[in-house]
Amino acid sequence: MNDMRIVERDVDTQAIKFDCENVQVYYGDNHAIKDVNVRIESNTVTAFIGPSGCGKSTFLRCLNRMNDTIDICRVEGKLSLDGENIYDRKVDPVQLRAKVGMVFQKPNPFPKSIYDNIAYGPRIHGLVDSKADLDMVVERSLRRGAIWDEVKDRLHAPGTGLSGGQQQRLCIARAVATEPEVLLMDEPCSALDPIATAQVEELIEELRTNFSVIIVTHSMQQAARVSQRTAFFHLGELVEFGKTGDIFTNPKDPRTESYITGRIG
Amino acid sequence: MTDVTAAPASPARKTTSLYEVSARTRRRNAAEKRFRFYGLSAVLLGLMALIVLLSSILSQGMPAFRQTYVVMDVELRADKLDKNGNRDPADMAKLTTFAVAPLIKQATQTVATELGSDIEGLTDKMVGAMISKEAPGQLLRFVRANPELIGTTQSFEFLANGRIDGYFKGRVTHESAEMDNNISVQQLDLADAMVAEGMMETRFNWAFLTAPDASDQRPEAAGLGVAILGSLYMMMVVLCLALPIGVASSIYLEEFAPQNWLTDIIEVNISNLAAVPSIVFGILGLAIFINFAHLPQSAPIVGGLVLTLMTLPTIIISTRAALKSVPPSIADAALGLGASKMQTVFHHILPLAMPGILTGAIIGLAQALGETAPLLLIGMVAFVREYPAAPPEGLFDPATALPVQVYNWTQRSDPAFFERASGAIIVLLVFLVLMNTLAIILRRRFERRW
Repeated sequence: MNDMRIVERDVDTQAIKFDCENVQVYYGDNHAIKDVNVRIESNTVTAFIGPSGCGKSTFLRCLNRMNDTIDICRVEGKLSLDGENIYDRKVDPVQLRAKVGMVFQKPNPFPKSIYDNIAYGPRIHGLVDSKADLDMVVERSLRRGAIWDEVKDRLHAPGTGLSGGQQQRLCIARAVATEPEVLLMDEPCSALDPIATAQVEELIEELRTNFSVIIVTHSMQQAARVSQRTAFFHLGELVEFGKTGDIFTNPKDPRTESYITGRIG
Repeated sequence: MTDVTAAPASPARKTTSLYEVSARTRRRNAAEKRFRFYGLSAVLLGLMALIVLLSSILSQGMPAFRQTYVVMDVELRADKLDKNGNRDPADMAKLTTFAVAPLIKQATQTVATELGSDIEGLTDKMVGAMISKEAPGQLLRFVRANPELIGTTQSFEFLANGRIDGYFKGRVTHESAEMDNNISVQQLDLADAMVAEGMMETRFNWAFLTAPDASDQRPEAAGLGVAILGSLYMMMVVLCLALPIGVASSIYLEEFAPQNWLTDIIEVNISNLAAVPSIVFGILGLAIFINFAHLPQSAPIVGGLVLTLMTLPTIIISTRAALKSVPPSIADAALGLGASKMQTVFHHILPLAMPGILTGAIIGLAQALGETAPLLLIGMVAFVREYPAAPPEGLFDPATALPVQVYNWTQRSDPAFFERASGAIIVLLVFLVLMNTLAIILRRRFERRW
């Protein structure tokens, strides 16, 4: 616990990106998320921490309606993105997911070329008109994913042939290629070694200038290193949410304190 | 976390040497050895059965691919073939085999006087019987096609009678001929003499693969042409119907259908249908396609439809298994990028499931190719001499199928048909092996790693 370098940078804007009020999630009869209220700001890295099974991933997947694919899952409450309720009848989850990108725990590149992996999103959303535009988008995305230099000579090699860390950065590049406003990351470093983790963390910090990033992590050091806001979940409840520095140095709730000092979880 | 209770004191441990194998270990090793032996003997037993099967079929069926031909000159006498002397095709069309039979008889008599003079007891009738009953028909077709050659002498290659053919393949011997009413020792002697003269030879029998079936008296003329064509047409129908319907329904059931009691019932029923005996599908086809829809009997379209019904469960089950085997992380990735459900399925899941789908489809098709029982019920067991026309009209013409032809030939009395049935089995097996090879090649080709 000696690596608690807390990012104490002022958040540039205070605009609210996600406004979640009284969010309840049920899996069948199981009440997985209980009455969560949280406001996520733009151009901020927000970390969700908490012990396994506390609902942080579930809540993350509510934000781009990935839970829709699970039949028994039911979401109640109000979740709005820029003031628009994302669970409104009129909202097509496909359009929402173009705005709210996601990076998964395990790197999951498509079994296609590196180029096609990145180009897939822009293609299906019709973001580009010409091959030259697409080439540009691919290069820009790979640069943003901090992987351009490693793959620029083999764009047409399969994405699955990269190392784990490279694959995860490829997935991040793929997610940013569709120009989302929010990037959700579900334990993006749990399958990576420390060096790859450091690269991804550095990348997250850079991504903050363009996107608002929400990251679920099991590593409190990581939360402390990369985030400006931290939310601590426990047994489906949002126990505490605030500035990362406050959460780690001056937690208000005894449960938070127990968790960050390693007594529960 | 730290209050680990002290474990009860373990009984004093005997010190043992690693060099000494304990009784328990010995028992376990023996059990493993026994299990390996059982497994190996099961495999060997299976292999032996396969070898016996293949060798018996090959030894009995290979002769069907060779055929004995008689080469002889026949004078196309104008007084028999063209009484009016005007070479009118309309008159030629009226000719019957009775008109040409004397010509062949004359030709065989010539052969008999040339070669058979020193064979005791050889009669003209015996010599005539050495040539297939197919010969007059063959001659007639030639005359109709070439009326201008009437009056000349032409060299013809006739099929030898089934027994003579059998003599050169070892099925008939001098000993067996003595007890056989259909063949005599004198005929065999003459056949030997004709071979020496180059008038009779045994060579590869293309007609076996191209000719239509023949009647009971002419096993030497029987071929698989109509059966192969009928099987091919049926496979076309099955491929065109079962693959799209099967794949579409599996995609719907696997990716789109809600999980409720209705889909559960459908699922259970599909699994049950796969286990329904094929003859039941034949009865269904008879009731629906022939009695209700009034489609023609013996037609490849009906056979194809019945086999489609039979193959669908196989294709659906294998396709669903293939779709299920695609890692969900791929679908998550596509959905997370904002792909719609359909884009996810068609851009990512389906291509990855393709090797499995193709393998399942080809195995289903191979199963359909070898299926006999349902075809018997819809009248494909008929004796068909005419080739079906080209598709699509040909799908409604009578035809037969490879396995049905095998069944048909084994029902006949002449041993030459038994040989042909084994030959037909070889052809069927070759097709099945080819299809399975194709399945393996496709699987290798489309296989990708993730």
